[in-house]
Parts: sequence; structure tokens; C-alpha cells
Amino acid sequence: METFLQQIINGLTLGSVYALVALGYTMVYGIIGLINFAHGEVVMIGAMVALSVITGLVGANTSLPAVVIILAGLLVAILICVAIAYSMEKIAYRPLRRAPRLAPLITAIGMSIVLQNVALMVWGRNYRTFPTLIQPTTHNILGAAMTDLQMLIVVLAALLMGGLVLIVQRTRLGMAMRATAQNPQVAGLMGIDINVIISAAFVIGAALAAVAGLMVMAYYGIAHYYMGFLLGLKAFTAAVLGGIGNLAGAMLGGILLGIIEALGAGYIGDVSNVCGLSSLSDTLQQKCAANDGQVSLFGSNYQDVFAFFVLILVLIFRPSGLLGERVADRA
Amino acid sequence: MNNAGRTGIPLQVWAGVALVAIALAVLPFVAALAGQAWVRILNFAMVYTMLALGLNIVVGFAGLLDLGYIAFYAVGAYTYALLASPQFGIHLPFWVILPIGAGIACLFGVLLGAPTLKLRGDYLAIVTLGFGEIIRIFLNNLNAPINFTNGPQGINLIDPFRIGGFSFASTESFLGITFTGPQKYYYMLLLLTIAVIVVNLRLQNSRLGRAWEAIREDEVAAKAMGINTRNVKLLAFAMGASFGGIAGAVFSATQQFISPESFGLFESIIVLAMVVLGGMGNIPGVILGAILLTLLPEVLRYTMEPLQMGLFGRVLIDAETIRLLVFGVALVAIMLFRPAGLWPSAVRKRELEVRKAAA
Repeated sequence: METFLQQIINGLTLGSVYALVALGYTMVYGIIGLINFAHGEVVMIGAMVALSVITGLVGANTSLPAVVIILAGLLVAILICVAIAYSMEKIAYRPLRRAPRLAPLITAIGMSIVLQNVALMVWGRNYRTFPTLIQPTTHNILGAAMTDLQMLIVVLAALLMGGLVLIVQRTRLGMAMRATAQNPQVAGLMGIDINVIISAAFVIGAALAAVAGLMVMAYYGIAHYYMGFLLGLKAFTAAVLGGIGNLAGAMLGGILLGIIEALGAGYIGDVSNVCGLSSLSDTLQQKCAANDGQVSLFGSNYQDVFAFFVLILVLIFRPSGLLGERVADRA
Repeated sequence: MNNAGRTGIPLQVWAGVALVAIALAVLPFVAALAGQAWVRILNFAMVYTMLALGLNIVVGFAGLLDLGYIAFYAVGAYTYALLASPQFGIHLPFWVILPIGAGIACLFGVLLGAPTLKLRGDYLAIVTLGFGEIIRIFLNNLNAPINFTNGPQGINLIDPFRIGGFSFASTESFLGITFTGPQKYYYMLLLLTIAVIVVNLRLQNSRLGRAWEAIREDEVAAKAMGINTRNVKLLAFAMGASFGGIAGAVFSATQQFISPESFGLFESIIVLAMVVLGGMGNIPGVILGAILLTLLPEVLRYTMEPLQMGLFGRVLIDAETIRLLVFGVALVAIMLFRPAGLWPSAVRKRELEVRKAAA
């Protein structure tokens, strides 16, 4: 039971980060139908910039409080990520809006390679560690441990997601975004400047990505020029799981994916333990005896298989994701 | 072109074919002047051509976006590696394994295709992507509790091509000309690639090829015209996968070493880039894309360092990084200037012009 709760907490933390990144994918997809492959790299750049600013400020021995240092890092990261996403849309995606559907996908891949290698040039090939500014305290929740960092990540992510929902549902910008997602031509006729709306989707997504980058770096304590790839892949999976183009779907998908992964990693070893069958084979019996009755077919290194497997299962039964309604009829 | 009447093909065409044939025949010796590494790169270009042509069936002909295509390549490669290496002590000849590899890859293609037929567009893309990752993770971890794939270390000492006592891996002299291992492989690969190209050309103009095209353009209309869309789509997956399997087996045999690292998502994406950048659905375009995207990074590898030395007098950015950087920029630039690909099919080109005119 404690392991279960512990894995739920870990999954919720990671899932919140996935959800924030997934929102960036889903907003862009909902409006222009593009899989923005470079979004994961924006998260990575956010993490790296925040790391550089924070280590710089810590190294400069300013007597600033830790919270201010972290906020400064976050602010710079957000600004840079927003600038990158904005120019990326302008350079690589906007000219291709009427092009065949796969053309912008290839430019997105190109941008992703470019961003990754720029990061490699600037920050190098090695893992960078995040300085511990605040000693994390661990709280006990029904026998499971939750650090205040984890709490902060979950709460902050929830606040940001709530804010985004408010923007989309209650403001004029949000209304314009929804209109553009439904039908760009008609929205244009209603006086909405579609280019501004599309830029806004990229900018909001990038800001969320910067926050997610800082969160994931603080959580794992390290950052790396290659970290955006897998994170982006997971977040995109989450967006599709929930139904791509759907904001609530991205949040649900992200959190579900995080929890599924954590539970999968936590239990797959026990579930696939074959020692119950040791009466069938002598070699197996010996192996089990040597390994304290633990011989698993699958270990926690199959965690990613688990996530994708669930995705495939969900899509077989709900071909447009958990909350997705319309089926994109563009092949 | 003058009509040569019943004899069919005019003389100029034969002359052209002969010229191309001679050029292809001497190419490995020209490349060898720059080093044997270049012959190997040519061989890679041909493996990628086969791979890209296979993916072109799925993406270009049938319009099904597949981001996990490399999985079939991996299946073919591992089939060859397991059946012709000390891993299990099995050493079957290449010609026996090739159909087995193609068959198993085909089976995996159906395995992926069957449950995902209902999915459209980008949902299909992510499922295929997930499938590709699942295969890679299994290859990476199937070394415990029973060792199948040797895990991340990969499989070593894979048998080279061998016909009777004639091995393709060693250097030999014929009629006074010395053939190195890669050069011998070159001719072998050239034959296989030509075979794959011919099969693809024939497929495109077949009943099946037209059915794929119909599905790509409008699935509902295709169904109304009496096309069994389910079977035809499954066939696209299966045939695409088989070509991937063949390319994988060939890769295994030429390389003699494989590891899961060669079969990541990035590889899938690069093969997709070859197809799209060359000109989706157009066989010459796809071949061009495959050759270009194989050669470009290699050319950059050898030119970037001297170029920087010449311009700035020192190496500012290490060759590996700048090579990928330029590669990424090139992908973006080519797509911006030629959105339908470098060599699009006539139909697509016309469509794009109409759309532009309408806009």
C-alpha cells in the first residue's frame, strides 16, 4: 500500500510536468494541425537557460534569497523560450502553412536538430547538476514520502493549468483561439488576426515549456542537451492519449501517463516474477533460490514500453484519445 | 523523342542506360580514390535507398504516416544477426535468411497494421512511433533473464555475405583488378537496390498501387469505388515492412555488428525526412532524397573542419556538432524552398500550383 501511494505521488509529480509540456503540443496542434517536434527542445533550452542563470547568480555570491535567484532564472528562461518559439514559428512554419502537410513536420524536425546542437555548442556534452539552493524537507503522507519540491511542482502546475483554462475560456484572446481552432478562414472573416493567434499559441506553449523545464531539472537535479527528446516524446504521447487538440485531454493524458509509468516501473518486476512456476523447471528453481525468489521477465527498464503499450490500447478502443471528439480526417 | 516503331525503345535511351550502368560500375573505384570509407558510405546510401523506398509505400503511396518504420529494419537486422552469428551458433546462408527476415518483418507489419487500421492521420503516427520504441526497448533489454539479443552491447561477429567459398568481406583480385570488401558489397547492394526499385516501379502502376493512391487521396471515395480499404492498407504496411526487413538484413551483413542504438526514433525520422524531402510518392525523388541525406552529413563531416580552418584559422565548433547543425538548417531550408520535395511527382506538383493559385 505504501509503495502504491509512493508511486502515485511520484507519478503525479512527473505527470504534472508532462501535462505542462503536452499543453504546448496540443495548443499548436489544435490550431494549425502541426506536430511541433521541436517543442521538447524548447523545454530543454528552458532548463538549460534557467540552470545557467541560477548557477551564475549563486557563483556571483550575491546575498539574494534563494527564491529570488530561482525566479530570476525562471524569468530569463521564459523570455528566451518565448523568443525562440516565436521566431521558430515565423521562420520555419508560417511560410509552409499552405504546403503539403508533411512539409512543416520536416522543418520541425530540422529545427529540433538545430536547437539540440546549438545547446550542445553552448552548454557542452556533459550532464550539468542543479545547485541545491533550498534543502528539501520530506513530508509524510500516509506512510509515503513527498518532498516539498514535489508539492510545489504539483501545485504550480495545477495553478498554471487553471490559469490557461481561464485564458482560453474567459478572455477575448481565448475566444479568438477557440474560433481559429474551429475554422481559421471564418475566424479570419470575423476580424481575428490569425497570425497573432497562432503566435500566441506558440508563445504560451513556450512559456509553459520553460516552467516545465525548470521543474524537471530541479526534480532530477540534472540537465542535459539531450533531455528534451524523451520528455517531448512522452508529453506528445500524453497529448495524444488525452485526445490531441483538447486542453483538458492534455492535462488528463499527462497526469495519467505519469502515474501509469510510475506504477508500471514499481510493479512490473513483481507482476512478471516467474518464481511461482519454479516447479516446472529445475534451472528456474535454482535461479530463484539464488535471487531470493525474484526472477522477473521484465524489469523497470521496461517502463517506457508500458506507457506506449497503454497508449496503443487506449487508441484501439478510443481512436481519437480519451477526451478527443472530432477525428482529424487528414492523412 | 523519335518513335522507333515496333522495336520500342529508341537508341538514345539505350545509350543513356549504358552510360549510367558504366558510371555505376566504376563509381566504387572512383570513390576508393578518396578512401574506402567513401565506398562504405555509398553502400549505406543504397541501404537507405531501400529503406526509404519501403517507407515510401506506406507514407508516399498509401498516405499513412509511419514514425516507427525503423522497427522493421531492426527486425530484419536482428533476424539476420541471430541466424548467422555465434550468438546461438546458427550460421544459415544469406539467401535463406533474406526471405525469413522479410517474412518476419512483414508479420510485424501486419501486427502493427491490424489494430491501427481505424486510426487516422496523426493518431496513427504516434502509435507507430510507440511501436518503434517498444521494439527498440525490447531489443535493448532482452538479455535477461534469457539472453536473446545481447542487450545494449549488440551482436558482434555476424557472418558476412558468402556465396559458396566466396566471402564478401575480404580483399581479392580478379583479372588483375583488386576488389576490396566494401567494393564487392557495393555490387551486391547495387543489384539488390535495382531489384527493389524495379519492384517499386511495377507496384506503383499496378492495381494495388492505384488503390493505395486512391486511399491516400480520399479513403471514403476509394471504399465507394469497391476497394477493400482494410486489406489494401494492411498490404501497404506488410509490403513496406518487408522492404524494411530486407534492408535490415543487408545492413546486418555488411556491418557485421548491430546494436539497438542504430534503431532509435531519430533513424525513423531521418528515413521519413528522406521520403518527404525527396518528393513523397515519387520513386526517383525518394531515391534522390535517400542518397542526398546519406551523403550530406558525411560530406559535412569531411569539409567542416578544413573550412573553419580556412575561414578563421582554427576550429571554432567541433565537426560533429556543426555537421548536425548544418544538416538541421538544410532540412528547414530545403522544405521552405521546395515544400513538395526536391523532385515531386507531376500530380503533386500540379496540385500544389492549383492550391497556390486558389489562395
